[in-house]
Amino acid sequence: MTQQQTGGDVRLTGISKTYGSFAAVKPLDLTVPQGSFFALLGASGCGKTTTLRMIAGLEEATTGTVSLGGRDITGLPPYKRPVNTVFQSYALFPHLDITENVAFGLRRRGIKSVRKQVDEMLELVQLGDFAKRKPHQLSGGQQQRVAVARALINHPQVLLLDEPLGALDLKLRRQMQLELKRIQTEVGITFIHVTHDQEEAMTMADTVAVMNGGRVEQLGAPADLYENPRTTFVANFLGTSNLIEGEVVSAGTEIVVAAGGGKLRLPTDRCTAPTTNGGKLLLGVRPEKISLAHADDADAIADGRNRVTGRIVDSSFIGVSTQYVVESPAGKALHVYEQNVERRAGLVVGAEVVLHWNPAHTFGLDAAQDIDAGVETVEDAA
Amino acid sequence: MTITEEAPPVPVAEPEIRRPSTRKRLVPYWLLLPGILWLLVFFALPLVYQASTSVQTGSLEKGFEVTWHFQTYWDALTDYYPQFIRSLLYAGTATLLCLLLGYPLAYLIAFKAGRWRNVVLVLVIAPFFTSFLIRTLAWKTILADGGAVVDVLNTLHVLDVTSWLGWTESNRVLATPMAVVCGLTYNFLPFMILPLYTSLERIDGRLHEAAGDLYATPATTFRKVTFPLSMPGVVSGTLLTFIPASGDYVNAELLGSTDTKMVGSVIQTQFLRVLDYPTAAALSFILMAVVLIMVTVYIRRSGTEDLV
Repeated sequence: MTQQQTGGDVRLTGISKTYGSFAAVKPLDLTVPQGSFFALLGASGCGKTTTLRMIAGLEEATTGTVSLGGRDITGLPPYKRPVNTVFQSYALFPHLDITENVAFGLRRRGIKSVRKQVDEMLELVQLGDFAKRKPHQLSGGQQQRVAVARALINHPQVLLLDEPLGALDLKLRRQMQLELKRIQTEVGITFIHVTHDQEEAMTMADTVAVMNGGRVEQLGAPADLYENPRTTFVANFLGTSNLIEGEVVSAGTEIVVAAGGGKLRLPTDRCTAPTTNGGKLLLGVRPEKISLAHADDADAIADGRNRVTGRIVDSSFIGVSTQYVVESPAGKALHVYEQNVERRAGLVVGAEVVLHWNPAHTFGLDAAQDIDAGVETVEDAA
Repeated sequence: MTITEEAPPVPVAEPEIRRPSTRKRLVPYWLLLPGILWLLVFFALPLVYQASTSVQTGSLEKGFEVTWHFQTYWDALTDYYPQFIRSLLYAGTATLLCLLLGYPLAYLIAFKAGRWRNVVLVLVIAPFFTSFLIRTLAWKTILADGGAVVDVLNTLHVLDVTSWLGWTESNRVLATPMAVVCGLTYNFLPFMILPLYTSLERIDGRLHEAAGDLYATPATTFRKVTFPLSMPGVVSGTLLTFIPASGDYVNAELLGSTDTKMVGSVIQTQFLRVLDYPTAAALSFILMAVVLIMVTVYIRRSGTEDLV
């Protein structure tokens, strides 16, 4: 089972799942390259877990096929698929000790001498001293690592992780994220990780597929998704975005948009929406790309930067940065994150300010979408 | 991160430890009182009384007195050991049959019944709405000579086999060991199903998925995961069936013959007809001791202590 043949990609073709009249997963195509750390990211009910379960064989696909390394495994029952799952609640066998839990898969495949492999695997997840304990005698983080060991020992071609860190507290979660990443690099197996935590997905995965309403909204490297969201959902779900609605004035190598009484510009290649003069466009900019200047110091702002005037309505100091909420004619509440390099006495609630940023940091989105898509879910996930 | 410096001790005003009032401390014992009294009056005292009866000698006319006559135990055992063995055998067979019939049913209710679960559970308990005696009498009709059941079994030549095994006689079912075991099985089946169901229902369905994911076929999953995890139910179900069944006499009386008497019938006869109280009491004690020993060994062997 250890063969590392090339072309061990997981390929989903037109796969979908419907329960009665409810489409949990709409037909989707997805290829997960071998050896990658792939994350399916989305709010609860977006179909990410169902997709994962279809790969594991725990859920039967309504349409479409699942193939692994070119072999169609759609019709195979879970126990015949060369994939293993780390379940959300770990699902460790309560009547077996840690050794037997980890050895379970090996024994089912008729391997008699499991001792050495189990020891090695427990060493990998740093649980060597717990071999004889029962699962309920372990902490959540330890149980989680047993679950990973129990799956990894089988050298699956793909390891599926169904929100494996959901039950852990924040600090342990951060630690386990790094741990899982380390293990993945060490064993080189394809990991498909389901999570609703955008930070988790971005920290760990090489490629993230953002899912929404049973579809893959956008797929790419974390930085790429963050910098170039193609939909408002992705823009709002991954981190925070300021979205400003405006009217296209001219489009060339640069698009000029009238918004909030001023003109904003962005490079044409950062706009995924079709532009027509006079048409609507959504401009997006990440809060940390924006600088704040007091209205009195507006003259000092360099030429060629996008500017929006407004008034601070809220500010919260969170250590490394200060987060401001600015009310402006350009849009609803705009968020600005300022690094706390030096204290800026003038920036208090009620102050008139100018927001300015490099036009190259602006992205353009189709205005026909819901500007708030994916907003609330960010708070849920936090 | 290592913190070597200890936090300065926070000066705390010595809290005034409020000792709970005597009244409060006694509350648990007051709550226990009714139960303890009940057990004393209806369990402990009769047991002591019975123990003393078992070592008495005398007769109804002259009265009984304690003479520490332990010989009664030996006599009871030598006179009635066939009934003892028969009791354990019948109860054991009925328990096994209950397990074989009850397990699939409990499994079905726990995992497959879906929204019918409660309905099926009520159906399992439904026989309790009728008296134990009536139900057993009904079996007399069901198994009656020339009845449908006997006819079918005869036609299929099942009775030939069972008669050869000694479970039935020629082409009768009633008044044979098989009738008694059938009655016991029927009457105690719910006591097997309910604990089995409770313990199966508690099993996390994701464990089945996990086993499947780890290359276990459905059959192996049952053998390695479901069954071991249902052991508490198996143990309590078999105990709840075996213990009362081994002391039962109604089934043997109504469905059996003199050749199928169980120890329960003997005790009943000794107590109510022969009026030999010491022998009846000694028999009860022997039965209690035998069951207790068997149960202890069984629980030790099944190793379910840390599963419950």
